[in-house]
Amino acid sequence: MTRQVRRRYLALKLECDGSVEQRVVADSIFGAVLRLFGEVGASQAALRLIHFDGKAGYAVVRCSHTALPMVRAAIASITKIGDQPAAVHVLRVSGTLKSLSKKVAGSFLSV
Amino acid sequence: MKFCDLHLYVSSADLENAGRMLAKSSELGYVRVAVPLPPNVKEEVVHSLRQISQRRGLDFVTRLDLAPKSPGELLSDLRRFRRRFEVVSVLCGSKPVAGQAAKDRRVDLLCFSSVSPRRRFFGFAEAELASGSSTALEVDVAQILSANGSERVGLLASLRKEVAIANSHDVPLVISSGASNPLLLRKPHDCASLGLLFGVGSSLALKALSDTPAQIVDRNRVKQSQGYVSPGVRIVKEGLKSD
Repeated sequence: MTRQVRRRYLALKLECDGSVEQRVVADSIFGAVLRLFGEVGASQAALRLIHFDGKAGYAVVRCSHTALPMVRAAIASITKIGDQPAAVHVLRVSGTLKSLSKKVAGSFLSV
Repeated sequence: MKFCDLHLYVSSADLENAGRMLAKSSELGYVRVAVPLPPNVKEEVVHSLRQISQRRGLDFVTRLDLAPKSPGELLSDLRRFRRRFEVVSVLCGSKPVAGQAAKDRRVDLLCFSSVSPRRRFFGFAEAELASGSSTALEVDVAQILSANGSERVGLLASLRKEVAIANSHDVPLVISSGASNPLLLRKPHDCASLGLLFGVGSSLALKALSDTPAQIVDRNRVKQSQGYVSPGVRIVKEGLKSD
């Protein structure tokens, strides 16, 4: 039996000069989706930050699988987190957290 | 898939920073990088940049950005510099320059730096000319990333229109980073995903980051190689001279 809502998990690498807080990162990603695709797009994306490692600069976000291209584009368009210049790279995309942790080498998800 | 970035701003005067940028490109998954150089660049500088690139596993490509004020100036610049660089792009600042650049076979890439739709001159006429000369349209990702608000809205609208015209006339599309600092660099798949914003599908965007730029560089390297005469004709062996 298939699940009603198919999701995608994205492992992200954050690059910025200083340390950042989870709330600021979540706002940046959500703000990027909202800016590019509007409120309707953001509501379709069902975006959620589900893992954050500020020290290592890793994060995992979850979104609807139909909104994956939108979310990827929005994440690539991020140039600032808070007030700091930053870049966010998508490391891997997967259908489950378990397979994502297998795919990302030296997984930060097991921490 | 081997990804190329045909537009990476690296200062030829600051080799340490150049090394950082090239290392970042390599880390993100590019295998071939073109760096715009001044027309009078010294051979030692090119050699140093090539060595730095090789150490990072990158294929270094020399690029010249021309910004002529008139078609005559463009022709003169092409005559003087074309043979010294592997990739030549023209920053089209006026309609006549865009037309001349589009129809000239020596031009590889057409660039439009302005975000204002009135200062971008890629229309049906230029696309028709470019399709006959296999000149490609270049889109810089850094331009999209740097723009904000209404500026970005205008830029995306212009890009969407230009890409649709280019596709309808079979004009090749090249997506480059155009990055001048490491934080403006994106992974090839992230650059491709930004194509969604101006109407480029995933497969076409990946082609614009890999096959199309690779073909441009390979074609020019063949042209610059010894023994090349014209497309499909090259000197294989020279006959003995009779006295």
